[in-house]
Amino acid sequence: MDKPFAITLDVGSSLANKTGSWRTSRPVYVDRLPPCNHACPAGENIQSWLYHAEAGDYEAAWRVLTLDNPLPAIMGRVCYHPCETACNRGKLDESVGINSVERFLGDEALKLAWRFEPPVRDSGKRVLVVGAGPSGLAAAYHLRLLGHAVTIIEAGPLAGGMMRFGIPKYRLPRDVLDAEIQRILDLGIELQLNRKVSNILDTMHSGAFDAAFLAVGAHIAKRAYIPAGSTARMLDAISVLRGMEGEDKPLLGRRVVVYGGGNTALDVARTAKRLGASDAIIVYRRTREKMPAHDFEVEEALQEGVLIKWLSTIRNMADEGTLTVEKMRLDDQGFPQPTGEFETLETDSLVLALGQDVDLSLLDDVPDLVIEHGVVQVASNMMTGHAGIFAGGDMVPSERTVTVAVGHGKKAARHIDAWLRGGRYAPPPAHKLAAFESLNAWYYADAPKTTQPVLDLARRASTFDEVVRGLDESTALFEARRCLSCGNCFECDNCYGVCPDNAVIKLGPGKRFEFNYDYCKGCGICVAECPCGAIEMIPETI
Amino acid sequence: MEMQTVKFYQTGTFTVGNRLLAEDERSVQANMHRTNSLNSGHRACQGCGEALGARYAIDAAMRSTSGELIAVNATGCLEVFSTPYPETSWKIPWIHSLFGNAAAVASGVAAAMRVRGRSAVRVVAQGGDGGTTDIGFGCLSGMFERNDDVLYICYDNEAYMNTGVQRSSATPPAARTATTPALGREPGNVFGTGKNVPLIAMAHSIPYVATASVANLRDLERKVAKAMTISGARYVHIHVPCPLGWGSLPADTIKVARLAVESGLFPLFEAEHGEITGRTPIRRKVPVTDYLRLQKRFAHLFNVADEPRIARIQAIADRNIAKFGLLETPAHG
Repeated sequence: MDKPFAITLDVGSSLANKTGSWRTSRPVYVDRLPPCNHACPAGENIQSWLYHAEAGDYEAAWRVLTLDNPLPAIMGRVCYHPCETACNRGKLDESVGINSVERFLGDEALKLAWRFEPPVRDSGKRVLVVGAGPSGLAAAYHLRLLGHAVTIIEAGPLAGGMMRFGIPKYRLPRDVLDAEIQRILDLGIELQLNRKVSNILDTMHSGAFDAAFLAVGAHIAKRAYIPAGSTARMLDAISVLRGMEGEDKPLLGRRVVVYGGGNTALDVARTAKRLGASDAIIVYRRTREKMPAHDFEVEEALQEGVLIKWLSTIRNMADEGTLTVEKMRLDDQGFPQPTGEFETLETDSLVLALGQDVDLSLLDDVPDLVIEHGVVQVASNMMTGHAGIFAGGDMVPSERTVTVAVGHGKKAARHIDAWLRGGRYAPPPAHKLAAFESLNAWYYADAPKTTQPVLDLARRASTFDEVVRGLDESTALFEARRCLSCGNCFECDNCYGVCPDNAVIKLGPGKRFEFNYDYCKGCGICVAECPCGAIEMIPETI
Repeated sequence: MEMQTVKFYQTGTFTVGNRLLAEDERSVQANMHRTNSLNSGHRACQGCGEALGARYAIDAAMRSTSGELIAVNATGCLEVFSTPYPETSWKIPWIHSLFGNAAAVASGVAAAMRVRGRSAVRVVAQGGDGGTTDIGFGCLSGMFERNDDVLYICYDNEAYMNTGVQRSSATPPAARTATTPALGREPGNVFGTGKNVPLIAMAHSIPYVATASVANLRDLERKVAKAMTISGARYVHIHVPCPLGWGSLPADTIKVARLAVESGLFPLFEAEHGEITGRTPIRRKVPVTDYLRLQKRFAHLFNVADEPRIARIQAIADRNIAKFGLLETPAHG
């Protein structure tokens, strides 16, 4: 024994002491559902595509984004971004400008001509899509990627549906619309224009289709009975907006009154301003709080000089263009009630923007359908009562927005695919919501939102140039980096750093971390100091 | 290594790592191949701030010296929980002698290295607040006064934790310890005149003095790295919460340390040759009660709302903020 004086044992390592046995609860890595993803009607994995955008890898970001939504440049312009309303960053300073980053990615993809990867294998099944609006296009895209042969039949002269015939150019330039549609069609999807399906079963039979997805939209303007003189000029919002796409623009005159309180009413009033109207007045029967139109659209319209008469209904319209308007008041339930007070309003034309109905004539001979309130009822898998016929978009009960329609298209495509294979699509179980309380907000740097530049007021009121301009690369990157990555590890190394017992193993870039339960004492510092709430403490089973 | 001006990225340098920084701009602790000088299996309590602070500091010193480092340890928790015979948690050359002589032993190790022509080998002495501010204070002052080439690191957990939470000269006013029970008309530790060892170190005009906290890793690593670029006596005083002695939750160790900094009770500053050269400003100021409430050693201040003594503690924090300019925007980085 050649050890120093009084030493009888070799030096050992404390690794022999498995301090993990002290633990009564253990940390585990979790993924939680970020509120943005949760709120997205199209089911986009927003946190995940922002993660790639943060690193400046815009193509990877775009590829993750388009796994769920094939229309990012359009979304970045017309989506009402419920994601931003839900964003946890809103509780810190301002929500992340998700929509503007999405638009940047969409524009980048168009600029650099990124394409979708076509499917590797064909399933041999044929699916018919009726309607080339957002829902039909999204369904066609997802069905094609799943290997099915897809044919879209569209009644109109061009694809796009309400994105073309309902949304004005100053919100969605047509070259963007055309390019994103073409990229979907380039996957090998057949598009037949100017063809109205009059009987869906006949069309499916003659084309040997195995399933159909219907998304014909809601294009019939709702009417209200307003007594009017024979020469009074009364139009509906849908035909005004559709007319904007043709050679002859609608003649609205110098003074225009729009009746209604939805986004369509605002679109028409703003369009009238651009066509040269000196007065564009919206008459709406309730108050601003009750108005279904989105706040920022109301804001932009007011900035452009559109006037809004709240709590008013139109009683009649005389020949010379005099409107009789009755003042209303809200009752206890919030419904408008007449007051008996009248005033008059001079106008050259009255545009009714009171909502739209669906033309359901193609379903006339289909058995087992349920139609309520003018829309087709569908099960949770988007299938109508008739096996093999699915439906989505404005023709089923839902909120009528482009994003919801795109979401329907994706959801229906997955269920159609499963149905064609004789199974049922089971969505992966949803993670728990990443609430603001689960974050450690200390770690996030302060950085208010980069707002997209808004077109100079004077210029935008007279032209159809796009009102909201996009972000440039550096501001888009900044905006993406404002993401808190709620509930999903972004490899900040905090857990790896703060563990007093070195019980967190760093697996390397992109591979996240692992706990070494041999030594983890269960102190929970990693949980407390994880910025994004991606670690959870669970009791040990004894 | 100067503070990095990081391109805005979610968490900036607040988190341990940042996947967008170049490899050499990242923290030592973010590195997959950090030394882990204080290895797993040590017997420190759950959520030990001292174990964490020691690994932060020694890993940083190891990077700065390319691994040519010897550590001398005073008696205390850190020594006891890391080296129960025959096991050791230290992955670096390490020596322990007595409670009060760490600074003197370190002076000797440095002298031995010099004599043997191994001047590249650097020496770190480390101890708790008991071994530093009380028992080892004479040796420490001597090491300063001779300007021996040693970095002395004090891990301040504000009492003798190893022997069962007895008061030290670093125990804050009103804190309950085993020897200052929460009894009588003025429960807890006395409101003395204080003994601020970083300021005493500065009075020796040694080349470098700094305070640091486990709640601010980048600041801590930068100060240790800076200390290792300097020859002569250096002193770094690191605030390390003790869940057992303070009666705080093990999971709250970093939070408690952060609140000490943000309230102004533990000012972060650095000094060269007796002059203050830098301070780390408070990011979001909080009242001292945010800090005190998380700790059972101060529970008696809140059981019967002891406003006057809470106000006296707040006054200490306010004085620190004014004295060190903790709410001013820094001139650099």
